[in-house]
Amino acid sequence: MAVQKLPVAKAINLSLRTAMENDSKVLVMGEDVGKLGGVFRVTDGLQKDFGEDRVIDTPLAESGIVGTAIGLALRGYRPVVEIQFDGFVFPAYDQIVTQLAKMHARALGKIKLPVVIRIPYGGGIGAVEHHSESPEALFAHVAGLKCVSPSNAADAYWMMQQAIESDDPVIFFEPKRRYWDKAEVDPSAIPAPLHSAKIARQGSGLTLAAYGPMVKVCLEAAAAAEEEGNSLEVVDLRSMSPIDFDTLQRSVVKTRRLVLVHEAPVFLGTGAEIAARITERCFYHLEAPVLRVGGFHAPYPPARLEDEYLPNLDRVLDAVDRALAY
Amino acid sequence: MTVESTAARSAARRSGTGGERATRAATSGKAAENGKGEAPESASAPEKPRKTAAKAAKATGSAAKSPAKAPAKSARKPASKSTAKAAPKAPAKGGSAAKTSPKADPKTRTRAGGAKAKTSAKTSPKTPAKARANGSGQDEHELVQLLTPEGERVSHPEYDVDLSAEEIQGLYRDMVLTRRFDAEATALQRQGELGLWASLLGQEAAQIGSGRALHPDDYVFPTYREHGVAWCRDVDPTMLLGMFRGVNNGGWDPNSNNFHLYTIVIGSQVLHATGYAMGVAKDGADSAVIAYFGDGASSQGDVAEAFTFSAVYNAPVVFFCQNNQWAISEPTERQSRVPIYQRAQGFGFPGVRVDGNDVLACLAVTKAAVERARAGEGPMLIEAFTYRMGAHTTSDDPTRYRTDEERAAWEAKDPIQRLRSYLENENLADAAFFARIEEESEAMGRHVREAIRTMPDPDTMAIFENVYADGHALVDEERAQFAEYQASFATEPDSGAAAVEVN
Repeated sequence: MAVQKLPVAKAINLSLRTAMENDSKVLVMGEDVGKLGGVFRVTDGLQKDFGEDRVIDTPLAESGIVGTAIGLALRGYRPVVEIQFDGFVFPAYDQIVTQLAKMHARALGKIKLPVVIRIPYGGGIGAVEHHSESPEALFAHVAGLKCVSPSNAADAYWMMQQAIESDDPVIFFEPKRRYWDKAEVDPSAIPAPLHSAKIARQGSGLTLAAYGPMVKVCLEAAAAAEEEGNSLEVVDLRSMSPIDFDTLQRSVVKTRRLVLVHEAPVFLGTGAEIAARITERCFYHLEAPVLRVGGFHAPYPPARLEDEYLPNLDRVLDAVDRALAY
Repeated sequence: MTVESTAARSAARRSGTGGERATRAATSGKAAENGKGEAPESASAPEKPRKTAAKAAKATGSAAKSPAKAPAKSARKPASKSTAKAAPKAPAKGGSAAKTSPKADPKTRTRAGGAKAKTSAKTSPKTPAKARANGSGQDEHELVQLLTPEGERVSHPEYDVDLSAEEIQGLYRDMVLTRRFDAEATALQRQGELGLWASLLGQEAAQIGSGRALHPDDYVFPTYREHGVAWCRDVDPTMLLGMFRGVNNGGWDPNSNNFHLYTIVIGSQVLHATGYAMGVAKDGADSAVIAYFGDGASSQGDVAEAFTFSAVYNAPVVFFCQNNQWAISEPTERQSRVPIYQRAQGFGFPGVRVDGNDVLACLAVTKAAVERARAGEGPMLIEAFTYRMGAHTTSDDPTRYRTDEERAAWEAKDPIQRLRSYLENENLADAAFFARIEEESEAMGRHVREAIRTMPDPDTMAIFENVYADGHALVDEERAQFAEYQASFATEPDSGAAAVEVN
């Protein structure tokens, strides 16, 4: 396949299509994923080409979707489940946490649960309540699950391929506000490992680390900081469980300062865990405490306030200034 | 059990002046567990033997490491569900409803129910009052029965089985050995060898009848009480003891006997069965799947969703509900206002109630349901009307919520005795047969005792095994750190063992 310039949503679509072509056991299931192609059109055209037996419109019941996906996986299938929006995953939370995550261990490794759960997540699209949340820490906290989030189309394509190939359950967080951002996708490239972080921009004075939707904000912040004479490195973590601490540690040892950015509330979020571990690993290298920029300990606000709630260029640069001031 | 639980209950009562607070107290972990008599016994369960003196010295806090945890279910008992429902109807009395309903004995339950019915007379259907009045809450006339409690063979227009004397003897043997295994496990819990045991006493016919209706390629999704079904699937009985002893959380390979792991979170496995059955249909295979669950689980959303999915996709799954009348302390009428089998109709597939203490009827009905599924005709719900003769688990105390009279009434319908009567009355088995089974049953007891007493504790590092199929950097890191920590005891100066090594 040739190199194509694709938006994130279409890159995931192409990835699903490729996976389904390569492995007849790969299924797509969820609400409205068939004829409609999903509310974000990520599964557009798949049912037409692979049939209703492999691209399954399900009843509107998230626990049922994940619970039956577990049963299908036990039968040898590799279901890719779509949860329509972040805020709707909670009816399935029990199945994901008490069943999906533990079953491999409970069987002492004798069965595998290759289930991918796609969740369009995060804010910034002016949506109503329950459509803009970032629940990744609630899943990363659970042993047995893996959690990833691509920030761009090329990663979205490859990380979906790798998530489907994984014999572990993977929660695949899709940054919905980036669905329409285009980038070149080379289906013949050799991808980086699924759970590796990437240096998205080289710098020397401070490291900004993020994943999914906030990588773009960090890159913009780094560009703006450069104009002010500050060289920032941007690490795209890509995976929230496991986290590639080695790559991040190398960056922080070099820059001596770290600011973490995510949309999810800061309190007990992924940034808190990263701050603790990097402090442990880099205690004598740090020139400043690890700072975090993220959501507040408040419900996700109505859309007219989300620009204030979400980390943006100014809030990231404010934290950068504070870290540099030490 | 009594002292601690009484204290916890009175504490809960003190804090429960208002409806909301009472509900919270009842659902917030320990208080609720103790109130139901679940936790205290586990506290007296055996501690793991310490491996080294050095380790013991450092790990003084490990007394809490008892393998006997109260079952996950107890913490999420639906006590609050009923109160939550009741509250809007009678806001002023919310508190008293919360207090009386979860722990009421049959008498006070009827009273509480009556009072509630009055306050909500306009909205609630009339059936519950009637249902409560007859005690069982269910009309037994609808039962499919082939063998009366007295052991008399009767016919049913739709369901029948044609079995040889040997086959009927086989069913008897299955039930006796299952009961013997179960009794042994209960005894082993009392001796401290198991942290907990969930007895199937009284449900042998439901489990053996349905289990023997299955083909080898059919697949079973059990709860945590399906010891009889496991027996039918040739699962080594001692494998079932691992999780109750605390050496693993499941442990067997589900695919080697087409018998999935025991599932403790109530109702979850019913969806897995449905998904598995959807896969069977996709494969074009003609096997069936059977999901076991209880009357309590019938309230779970997962079970309702499984009904919906199976009906919509016409999945070859049999839903086998053992209505044993009690979900820990809550009677079936706390779960449903209609007989459970009738729920199937609303989902678009047939439901039938069978005498769950009649092994022939359970076999006949399950066979029909399995054949139906195999023929592509979709799901079916079987409600096996039976009785949990023992406690919910070894941590439960049924004298707090049900009467001896009720138990005695069910004892007269015992599944094993009725088959024995039939075998004897019809001269289908002689005294030598019964003696042989008795002998075999004692041998089984001895085998289980020996197996449990020689069952090794898992290696400590098993904590980190099989968390992921493809590995995980954090697990690797923590495994290495913990191994290093453990190794550090070997070189500590105050450790005698270490000193020997150094010398």
